[in-house]
Amino acid sequence: MSVDKETVRKVAKLARLALPEERLEPLTQELNGILKWIEQLNEVDVEGVDPMASTVDVKLPMREDVLQDGPTGGGQADNIVANAPKTEDHFFIVPKVVE
Amino acid sequence: MTNITDLTLADLRDALKSKKVSSLEATDAYLSNIEKARELNAFVTVTADRAREMAKASDARIAKGDGGAIEGVPLGIKDLFCTQGVQSTAGSHILEGFVPTYESSVSANLWRDGAVMLGKLNMDEFAMGSSNETSYFGPVINPWRAKGGNSKLTPGGSSGGSSAGVAAHLCAAATATDTGGSIRQPASLTATVGVKPTYGRCSRWGVVAFASSLDQAGPIARDVRDSAIMLRSMAGHDPKDSTSIDRPVPDYESSLGQSVKGLKIGVPKEYRIDGMPGEIEKLWADGIKWMKDAGCEIVDISLPLTKYALPVYYIVAPAEASSNLARYDGVRYGHRAKEYSDVLSMYSNTRAEGFGKEVQRRIMIGAYVLSAGYYDAYYLRAQKVRKRIFDEFVDAFSKVDLILTPSAPSAAFALGEKSNDPVQMYLNDVFTVTANLAGLPGASVPAGLDERGLPLGLQLIAKPFDEETMFKGMYALEQAAAFKARPEVWWA
Repeated sequence: MSVDKETVRKVAKLARLALPEERLEPLTQELNGILKWIEQLNEVDVEGVDPMASTVDVKLPMREDVLQDGPTGGGQADNIVANAPKTEDHFFIVPKVVE
Repeated sequence: MTNITDLTLADLRDALKSKKVSSLEATDAYLSNIEKARELNAFVTVTADRAREMAKASDARIAKGDGGAIEGVPLGIKDLFCTQGVQSTAGSHILEGFVPTYESSVSANLWRDGAVMLGKLNMDEFAMGSSNETSYFGPVINPWRAKGGNSKLTPGGSSGGSSAGVAAHLCAAATATDTGGSIRQPASLTATVGVKPTYGRCSRWGVVAFASSLDQAGPIARDVRDSAIMLRSMAGHDPKDSTSIDRPVPDYESSLGQSVKGLKIGVPKEYRIDGMPGEIEKLWADGIKWMKDAGCEIVDISLPLTKYALPVYYIVAPAEASSNLARYDGVRYGHRAKEYSDVLSMYSNTRAEGFGKEVQRRIMIGAYVLSAGYYDAYYLRAQKVRKRIFDEFVDAFSKVDLILTPSAPSAAFALGEKSNDPVQMYLNDVFTVTANLAGLPGASVPAGLDERGLPLGLQLIAKPFDEETMFKGMYALEQAAAFKARPEVWWA
């Protein structure tokens, strides 16, 4: 499988990456180079093999549903917006989304 | 006494404890080395004032006789670890100026044990690279140069600031992270010791995420003992990382010097790859002989799927990265584009400006292999091959205790030499990436020099959570290799 310029344009849009027209051709070639190399995986027999998402064979731990202390706890609105490019009264400011 | 910065971490620790030197003296000596080594570009941020404050606090604790395990020892922290009140960039423009309001668990563990932070170490952007050339803050220069040459070589990547900083004695040791080889390959290229522990051994909380099922923190240090001391302080269970494992952290240092007699060392024939320099093959043979002389039993093993590990990695890691990096949208932290017409162009302009070429390439690959119609053919297949690679290791470790391989397929190469060919660059991790896919601990130990005088490392891979056997083996390798070479100090 290889990707054409239209597919690359579409994936860039899905990934929210503005792609200047002059990068389209070289990026398509780079991606095809990588995809061609990846395709050797088709040689491997994976019949009946379960996909592996994690090497850690433990049940996801549960904790009491209570407010935590420290940085994952509550009451830290100042900290949460501290690095935001644009805020007002502990809100993140973004361009208008709905008319 | 000799120059403080030439002491190993273990010796400095002991000298601090017995008050032969103060932490402030050691810290000032390192800060002076860092100042003189600006050309190496190992640090993104130097935190001199904070370092001196921490050192003074350490000296006060030592005076009272209640210091921690590495009280007063000055360290470098890879810029992937969030440090409270100190810019943490992940080597990216998109996080330039990002000052976390919290501390990563691994760095917090180090401060708990008394360490001093000298600053934040340069790295490939979001840990995506093998040469440090993808850093927004410019490449790190390897302190090692070829004999008679003065061209600039890579210190490896992504933990290139960590490897160069430790090799040039700009810090006593450093934190690093390894997703496909980012601790072990740079360690190999700089004659330092790099340890990637078992997945789940160190908390990932507060470490900027690249590929969450593969990322693991570990140390880069000057010798095996120093790396054992570092890992003991870094490791430990953390309820804030659901994949962190709740089991006690052993005193790894006490494994050093224990007999390796009778250990079974696996040598996988598939790690003998086309185009591998003869010197690396010879070094590997030396390593096999050293382990045999130390009383180990050498066992030929086969890991036939080895050659598929990198292609699996280049599906799984970009897929996870494309998802993890979706958070950089110019809303909550980091860079936001100045020009946009609506929220969508704000996102896409912000991301196009903030991410470098390699990061964008990997986001694109990840988004593509996860997209409708391609998921089964790429991502699902890769996860199945990953399972088969994992099973191969389980099978191999039913016959052997450790696996011995070269750490990297070449010595340090010139900056620019491989940066135009992504696949060539990816091949740097051919020997290391398997341990990430299988979640196994792996370590690189300096073992020799090639004919140009550049360092080469050997890798040991161990069973899950059997770092103690790995440290025993590493120490035996270190003793036998008796590697003493140091780079000539040309940068100061």
